[in-house]
Parts: sequence; C-alpha cells; structure tokens
Amino acid sequence: MLGKLFTPKKEISKKLYSSVGIITFILVLAIWSILTYGGFVNALFLPTPTAVLSTGIDLFVNGNLLSDIGISFSRVLVGFLIAAAIGVPLGILMGSLKIMQGAFEPIIGFIRYMPASAFIPLLILWIGLGETQKMSVIFLGTFFQLTLMIMDVTKNVQNDLIDVSYTLGASKVQVFTRVILPASMPGIVDTLRITFGWAWTYLVVAEIVGASSGIGYMIMQASRFLQPDKIIVGILIIGLLGLMTDMLFKAIYRKSFSWMRKDGM
Amino acid sequence: METPKLEIKDVGKIFKTKSGETTALEKTSFTIKDGEFVTILGPSGCGKSTVLRIVAGLEEATSGQVLLDGQPIDGPGPDRGMVFQSYTLYPWLTVKENITFGLKLKGSSQKERDDLAQYYLQLIGLEGFEKHYPVQLSGGMKQRVAIARALANDPKVLLMDEPFGALDAQTRNIMQEVLLKAWEKSKKTILFITHDVDESIFLADSVHVMTARPGRLKRNVPIALDRPRDFSVKGTPEFAQYKEELLSLIREESLKSI
Ligand SMILES: Nc1ncnc2c1ncn2[C@@H]1O[C@H](COP(=O)(O)OP(=O)(O)OP(=O)(O)O)[C@@H](O)[C@H]1O
Ligand SMILES: [Mg+2]
Repeated sequence: MLGKLFTPKKEISKKLYSSVGIITFILVLAIWSILTYGGFVNALFLPTPTAVLSTGIDLFVNGNLLSDIGISFSRVLVGFLIAAAIGVPLGILMGSLKIMQGAFEPIIGFIRYMPASAFIPLLILWIGLGETQKMSVIFLGTFFQLTLMIMDVTKNVQNDLIDVSYTLGASKVQVFTRVILPASMPGIVDTLRITFGWAWTYLVVAEIVGASSGIGYMIMQASRFLQPDKIIVGILIIGLLGLMTDMLFKAIYRKSFSWMRKDGM
Repeated sequence: METPKLEIKDVGKIFKTKSGETTALEKTSFTIKDGEFVTILGPSGCGKSTVLRIVAGLEEATSGQVLLDGQPIDGPGPDRGMVFQSYTLYPWLTVKENITFGLKLKGSSQKERDDLAQYYLQLIGLEGFEKHYPVQLSGGMKQRVAIARALANDPKVLLMDEPFGALDAQTRNIMQEVLLKAWEKSKKTILFITHDVDESIFLADSVHVMTARPGRLKRNVPIALDRPRDFSVKGTPEFAQYKEELLSLIREESLKSI
C-alpha cells in the first residue's frame, strides 16, 4: 500500500492528492501558530495569525485595501498584456524564422540578465512617476523571458508536421496560421501562466518608488512604520491573487486543449 | 513510348556537415508508370528517405532533376502527397478534420469535404471515428488516417516513407492489406520505402533495391504476383522465390553498411 505511493510517476487518487496539499498548508499554519502563540518569537518580527487576520479585515473594511488591490492588479495586468502582445508574436517569429532568431535572440539574451529594478531610476528620468513607469517595470520584468520561452515552444513544433503540410498544399503563410500557431497554442498558454506569475513578483519592485497606492506601496509603508502584520497581509494577498490567476490559466488550458487527453474531457 | 508518371533523372545528393561532405545519394535514375506501385528496398542509411524527400520537393537535389508528367518539380506541392513514418496527424484536429485538411486549404465546399471524408473513412475502415482526436487512436489507426488524408487530397503520386515502420508485425500485415485495397480503388501511383523484404514484395509491381551508402539503384526486380493480393500470397512458392532473391541482394548491402 505504502509502496504504491512511492512508485515514481504512479497516479494517486484525486482525493488523496488534494488532501496532502491541504495538510501542507495546515502544517505551515501550525508551525506559525506554535512560534507566535508559544511566545518563541517577538511579535514585532512575526505577529500571530489572528493578529494578521484582524488587520486584514480591518484594512478591508476601514482602509482602502480593495482599491489598492484594484490598482495593483491593473498595473500587473496592463504591463503583462503589453509584454504578451509583443512577446508572443515576436517569439513565434523567432522560433520559426532563423533570420528573426538571429536578429533578436542575442540582444534579448543580453538584456534579460539586466535586473528590471535597476532600470527604475532611468524609467523615472524618461517617463516620470506615473502609471506608465509602474507598468514599464512589470513589462521589463516579463517581456524578455516570455519572448524566449515562446520561441522555444515554437521551435519544438515537429518538423515532419510542417513538411507534411507543404505536401498537402499549404502555403508558407498557411503553415504559420494553420500549423505552427495551433501546434504551439498549449505551450503559449502555459508560458503565459508562468510569466504572469512572475509579473506579480515584480509588483513590489514597481511600487517601491514614487507610488502612493497599491499593495506594494502598502507593504513599503508598513515596513517603514514597523507593522509586520500589514506586511504579511500584503504578501498573502499577492500570493492569493497570483494563485487565482494561475488557476484561471489552468482552467483555460484544460478547457481549450481537451484534444491532448485520451478521455477527451 | 508513353511518358512516365514520375521520372527521377540522375538525382544525387551531397549533404554539407560540420565534419565535411556526406554523399547521401549517388546519381540515381528510375521511372514509375502511371498507376504503378513501386517499392524501394535498402539497408539503413542508404539514402531512401533522401530520394523520397527530393521527389516531394522537401529537399533540393545536388544534381539531376525530378519530372512529374514530364514537368520538372519545383518545391513541395499537393500533387505529391506524403505519409511519414512518424505520426504526423494534427493533434488538435479530429480524424475528419485531418482527412479534409488539404481540401479545406483548396477551398472545397463543406458538402464535398463531408462526402470525401465519409468515403475515405470507409475505405480505411475507420467509420465511426470521425470525431475522435489523434491521441485517442492506436498507431495503426493514426497511419490509416494519414493515408486517407493524403489520398483525399487527390495527389498525382503518393510518397510513403516507411509508414508502417513503427507498427508491430501483426498491425503491419493488416495495414499492408488496407493500403493495397485503397490503391486498387484509387489507382494512384505509389512510391513506397521500406527495409522489410516481405513488405516490399507483397505491395509492389516492382522493387528497386538500393546499395549501401552512398546509395544508388542496384537492381530492379519486377514482381509478377497476381492481383488483387491478400496475405495468403505470402505463403506461395513464388513469393518465397522473390524473397530469397531480394534477401541475398539486400544481405550483401547490409553487410557493407555495418
Ligand atoms: N539533413 C542532413 N544533413 C546531413 N546528413 C544527412 C541529412 N539527412 C540525411 N543525411 C545522411 O544521409 C544519409 C542517408 O540518409 P537517409 O535518411 O536518406 O537514409 P535512409 O535510407 O532513409 O535511412 P533509414 O533506413 O535509417 O531511414 C545518412 O548517412 C544520413 O546520415
Ligand atoms: Mg529513412
């Protein structure tokens, strides 16, 4: 029985699968509780779960947490959408046309190692402190990785699949639209899911300087006034939002690509 | 003399690689008549796929030319359909949509596509599977659909590169019969590559044996077995004789290529 659970790549029941996930969460919560309620750590460094919860509720009801979430979400979304709107087509072209790869891969490979946060002073100089600057940070943090990942997805389209299309009468344009694009679609959606997750991690960076709203701003403020409960609320909310968008992408994936599964469901 | 359907004239191929030049194919010539079923038999790596890819227009010959109905070919086109050894169905399309892929590109009407899909589904024995996706099919079924997809496009010649190479012996035998039936109905000209001696005899009007690398034609063996054929022909003394002849030819070459 136990041996079965520890056989590589063996399927386990759905119920067991989700139960162990919940148990891990409870375990983390338990350790947190023991450390704080047990008085093992200073509440100034790590507040109790109940303190965090009541701060969270208070911020929702009396503060402007909801509007902060809205502002942060729109920054992440717009920055990411622009990155995707340019990165996806560019990545597809780079993955299928050697000339495009030759032209863009070296420079993207170079820029992507430059930390997005280091561009903030320059961005402020160039475009000021407005919304555009915040979105630009998100854009810089995701665009280059995203483009390279989409390129790899497109490169993995089987050559025989393209060759057979020519023998069926497809033109070069049709090979793009009817073969390379649909064949890359699952990989594209998966790449967007992963990079959207990264976009969230750039939020705090984007809102460090010159922001007066947003969850990142809230976290920075709380750090200045030594409010660890508020920091944790902010972090948890970013985590939750990230998790929700991740689940949304997974649902889209499951719904759109049923042809990948034997049971067709 | 009537013009051959397909004429391969002094076609040769040299690949340039890091480690220098590889002659994949020495100057090779042969012709195929309209409606003929020709198989190419040769040891591994002798350039069989290279010949076929040149005929398909997917690879450019270093020398010589390929004539289809007397006209030199220029790049790939729907007049030369192809079935690969690897599974090349579009996984996001249903069986029916796969079969009618080329027709849709051509702009055929919905009605025409429906009718042709129905006809070819029946021909390959996959009625009732039109709504299935490739992932739900066995290897043999996938190759049947690939054959139907190529035939539905009505090419002048059908090129097949070891299409049954990945299938088990039992499925392979069944597929050979399915293909012969489809060929007899459609009267297509077929150029079929294999390294399986039984398969080359069973299917062909004529077997071209290739030498080890660098490949060229070694011998052409016409197969005078009666048509239509079914699996029982494989047990006849005539079949055994062809087999013996071809086995000794191919054995010489295989020894060289090891
Ligand atoms: N694109 C290429 N670049 C360099 N060498 C190649 C290329 N394609 C094929 N070759 C070489 O040409 C020779 C013939 O290859 P080909 O694929 O035509 O052989 P084959 O008879 O189809 O072999 P198999 O039975 O293994 O399918 C081989 O030595 C192969 O390594
Ligand atoms: Mg081959």
